[in-house]
Amino acid sequence: MTAVKTTIALVDMPIVFAMQWNDWSRVFLLQDYNTRVVVLATTLLGLAAGLVGSFTLLRKRALLGDALSHATLPGIGLAFLLAPTWGLDGKSLAVLLSGAAISGLVGTASIIAIRNLTKLKEDAALGIVLSVFFGGGLVVLGIAQQRPEGHAAGLESFIYGKTASIIAQDGWWIAATAGCTIAILSLFYKELKLLCFDEGFASSRGYPIVGLDILLMATVVIVTIVGLQAVGLVLMIALLVIPAAASRFWTSNMRRMTLLSAALGAGSCMAGSLVSALLPDLPSGALIVLVSASAFAFSMFFGQERGVIARYWRRMGMQQRLDRRYLMRGLYELLEPSFAMAATPESGAAATNMWIPTKQLLATRTWPILRFSREINRLKRDGFIRARDGEIALTATGLLEAKRFTREHRLWELYLITHADVAAERVDRDAERIEDCLEPIMIHELESLLNETHTDPRLPVSPHQIELPSTLQASAVPVSNQTKKGAPQ
Amino acid sequence: MAELPLVIEDLTVAYHRKPVIWDVALKVQPGSLVGVVGPNGAGKSTLLKACMDLLPTASGRVQVFGGSYRASRHRVGYVPQRETVDWDFPVSALDVVTMGLYREIGWLRPVRKKHTAAARRAMERVGLDELENRQISELSGGQQQRTFLARALVQNADLYFMDEPFAAVDAATEKTIVEILREMKREGKTALVIHHDLQTVPEYFDHVVLLNMRVVADGPTEEVFTTENLHKTYGGRLTLLDQATEAMRRLGKGA
Repeated sequence: MTAVKTTIALVDMPIVFAMQWNDWSRVFLLQDYNTRVVVLATTLLGLAAGLVGSFTLLRKRALLGDALSHATLPGIGLAFLLAPTWGLDGKSLAVLLSGAAISGLVGTASIIAIRNLTKLKEDAALGIVLSVFFGGGLVVLGIAQQRPEGHAAGLESFIYGKTASIIAQDGWWIAATAGCTIAILSLFYKELKLLCFDEGFASSRGYPIVGLDILLMATVVIVTIVGLQAVGLVLMIALLVIPAAASRFWTSNMRRMTLLSAALGAGSCMAGSLVSALLPDLPSGALIVLVSASAFAFSMFFGQERGVIARYWRRMGMQQRLDRRYLMRGLYELLEPSFAMAATPESGAAATNMWIPTKQLLATRTWPILRFSREINRLKRDGFIRARDGEIALTATGLLEAKRFTREHRLWELYLITHADVAAERVDRDAERIEDCLEPIMIHELESLLNETHTDPRLPVSPHQIELPSTLQASAVPVSNQTKKGAPQ
Repeated sequence: MAELPLVIEDLTVAYHRKPVIWDVALKVQPGSLVGVVGPNGAGKSTLLKACMDLLPTASGRVQVFGGSYRASRHRVGYVPQRETVDWDFPVSALDVVTMGLYREIGWLRPVRKKHTAAARRAMERVGLDELENRQISELSGGQQQRTFLARALVQNADLYFMDEPFAAVDAATEKTIVEILREMKREGKTALVIHHDLQTVPEYFDHVVLLNMRVVADGPTEEVFTTENLHKTYGGRLTLLDQATEAMRRLGKGA
């Protein structure tokens, strides 16, 4: 039935694009009363859903909302079928939504029951309940549509959503729901935050975990129920998850994340419902989801806290710093033998006049030539090295910097060797200076440890060149030979 | 010094009809630092959780300061295992420490200046004073552990339950925790600490509980922490026992 409708809508597409300018302006300037109601109502819905969604996402229960919304379908069908026997109007929204709420709750209860009574995990329980209730709902809807009295058309708009069907009275319901949600979530913000972060601790402090979870789920239920009309039960989950997930890319502060999620939800719903008003034959739920998905895609790439690009830049920055350290140290280590020969290790002026062939430096790294020459150019630009054809030399500042890098590298290496048990916790190769990470006393200890084996008091020798003493190697061989010989006998 | 901080009588806890701890009886004296030691799966965490009513008990009774846990909850601080939470959660270290005060702040009321100040002081005590605005995923493992410790300290409780606070932490954190424990003892506070490193038991704790589904032995460390008792607790895991024997020997020499 809906499939047929959609094809008709696609055939009608040219008409849509041929619409007059005043059609567009009528929609975007909210000149129609109906459009005003619809846009305002869906915006409030998006706000409430974005707000609740950030809590359920952080509680790692995001998919529960999906199962819940799918589980509302049989309730809608049954309410329509049974209402007349109780003398109620089967087409009244209140009756249909009450049915939706009841079966949604039964669905949620089934998930909890399956999880607690069996050893099945939550994802299995979700999958079972979601599909069974949705299938059951489709059957009930099919029965309703075959009834001779008819009038069941329109029920399927709950599946895909139809914002155009929202009237002022529904708008008030949505506004009241949004108000309730905002009130509950801001009053219990602190408690819900603790619940989401550390359930065990909250429980030890005497907070009723089950009660708080029910409170949170109750807000999900009411938001979902009033959202059915606008976005439909198949796609309701998008409003609960997408704005929350998108806002996490922008901030690591829960309060800001929650508010941003509400704003993103409201914005996507507003834009989506405007588009839907222009394209009344397309399912509004799908349009709203597509709009919020583009907001998500934008956040995923451009989010300043965890967006793909921000993370890429951060990684590149770190790699550049590491590259610089590697090259400068490589350069220093190439020059080091000449220091050892010189009468005084303090021969700084001489060091800046020692030219090293670039090829020799490149040989110390396994980098592609491009990466190598890029870093060489950066070093030149920053005044750390000088270059003439095929050769480079350190400048005075470059020498100091290279010396510092080399010293820190060796201290870190020694720290890792001598304090292997705790070192991993403390090592921060990205930190500008070793002094920022280790206590002065530890650095002093490491330095004196290294100095024992080396003449230059300010620059300890690299520890990874230490080889096994020949006595150890010699004794290791005969032992293994003996066992080999001994085994067959 | 009216009531004992913790009295456990015949406590049995079961998961799916399979008992995890059996007939545990224990009396903890005020001002003692108690190390709870035992092999994996011995029920150490279960014991702690059962004391705080976090798990249903099959039988037995737990008394905290002479009453139910519920009644004395405000006098108990809890440091859970670090792995139990998602450290990617969007909160700062200061936020987490402030959580220790939520009960005191009360339902429906916002965090006020004095609470934030108290949280800052607790962070200073554990050496995190410069990291309060750090997002928790950017903290090292040891710093995360100290954040949890600060969250318990800010409550200013009289009895502390700590679940493996020394697991995989750096030397600085270990030192901080030990100092805090000693401070607690001086103030007459009591701590029950799950510990996995037998070598440091005699150094850190004055009392010890050897647990392997049941209490194998409990009492002052010098009396109870013996090779024989450890054998009973750990069975044949000799490397661990050697470590412990070595530690006891060293301590005996030092004293």
